[in-house]
Amino acid sequence: MNTALWAAKTGLDAQQTQMAVVANNLANVNTTGFKKGRAVFEDLMYQNLRQVGASTSQNTEAPSGLSLGTGVRVIATEKVFTQGSFNQTGNSLDVAIAGRGFFQVNLPDGSLAYTRDGSFQLNAQGQLVTSSGYAVQPSITIPQGAQSVSIGSDGTVSATLAGASAPTTVGTLQLADFVNPAGLQPRGENLLTASAASGTAQTATPGLSGLGTLQQGSVESSNVNVVEEMVNMIETQRAYEMNTKAITTTDQMLQFVSQNL
Amino acid sequence: MDRSLYVAMSGAKETLLAQTSNNHNLANASTNGFKADLSAFQSRAVQGPGYASRVYSTDATVGWDNTTGSLAQTGQELDVAVQGDGWIAVQGRNGQEAYTRAGDLHVDVNGLLLTATGHPVLNDSGPISVPPYSAIHVGRDGTISIVPVGQQASTMAAVGRIKLVNPPANTLTRGEDGLFHTSNGLPADSDASVSLASGVLESSNVNVADAMVQMIELARRFDLQVKAMKNTDENAQITAKLLGLS
Repeated sequence: MNTALWAAKTGLDAQQTQMAVVANNLANVNTTGFKKGRAVFEDLMYQNLRQVGASTSQNTEAPSGLSLGTGVRVIATEKVFTQGSFNQTGNSLDVAIAGRGFFQVNLPDGSLAYTRDGSFQLNAQGQLVTSSGYAVQPSITIPQGAQSVSIGSDGTVSATLAGASAPTTVGTLQLADFVNPAGLQPRGENLLTASAASGTAQTATPGLSGLGTLQQGSVESSNVNVVEEMVNMIETQRAYEMNTKAITTTDQMLQFVSQNL
Repeated sequence: MDRSLYVAMSGAKETLLAQTSNNHNLANASTNGFKADLSAFQSRAVQGPGYASRVYSTDATVGWDNTTGSLAQTGQELDVAVQGDGWIAVQGRNGQEAYTRAGDLHVDVNGLLLTATGHPVLNDSGPISVPPYSAIHVGRDGTISIVPVGQQASTMAAVGRIKLVNPPANTLTRGEDGLFHTSNGLPADSDASVSLASGVLESSNVNVADAMVQMIELARRFDLQVKAMKNTDENAQITAKLLGLS
């Protein structure tokens, strides 16, 4: 069918995707450690119907040709890794990362996932786990009867046991970093997994090798800016409406032909 | 058959092509760095014996709207926008230098600086590669400086400078890949007067109000052409009736 219709249809598709991204961002405005998404568009290829510069006679050439664009497509929905603000919780197992880096989490299938959600809890074995129950890597076990747990800015986890005067070090949290964090694949549950685009994880002690430091007693809130998303939403809705209008108008043009000729 | 039918048909056909171009602009109303296509009609007279009334029309892409799109703050260091005139040099699919104004850049797993569409960003000698960093900054002149992993914030290292060019607009054409190319195929010289802003993105420069009005105008013009075709048809029918032998 006509390219005019299809060009407008790709516009609808793209705006629909944009709306899905905005809706997901808004839905996660209170999700700990959530990083907002952003849809990236690209104009589709151009059809060259009349070549610019074609000879119109032996000595002259056409100053302009006719190349028609065929619309737009979504090439990526990338994550934007700006720092979210810190919420003080006072909970000793809540940790926020100030700077780059991700906590490593062991998935049930044995593979690793990465998260910035540091609202940890303990399981029945005293192991440090995420809210979904996945164990943090390297594995840290808080001994039973520990009076208090403290997590240093360099990831050192220490516990004060009943009757002991000095705290005992029970493990060290490590952070992972990637060459291209935007290439990480989101997989829900606040988790991201490595992909060919993100590169392999480089683990190190927090505070070293350009990694951020840890802050006990706080969690990193979502980096979604509600006002920005609302503006995005208005823009998306208007663009969607206009593309719908373009389809209706082109349809009416074709209808006029079939009715009048 | 009277040729007026063909004259009207060429008008209708080319108007539909212009509508395609307008719809393409509307579809790209939120594509970063997109430049609206401008189309114009040209008259093509076909001269012959008799009254000179056979003037067909052709639609032509006369260029693109060169105005700067609105700048949207994103706060990301690797989002850059060209301020005023100028272009960012990237490597096209065929390895040739091409130009774009879409500045949402990122560093891939091999350390290559890429645009969102996956084209490597060039400096004066080739693609820019960025070693692992803990902080990155893009300067006004396109210089990229980083704090290498494991170093103090005071050890900023310059790793390359984005090639910025500003060739005259009439020497650029838009390729089928949506990137801009020089018409003679030679790389443009870098221009030190072009400046970049970091943390902002240039949005599409499609004026949606304009495009909507254009859309209505094209639709009405199309209707007129079809009406002219219908009238020609009616004239022919009446002629046939009057001259009929019954």
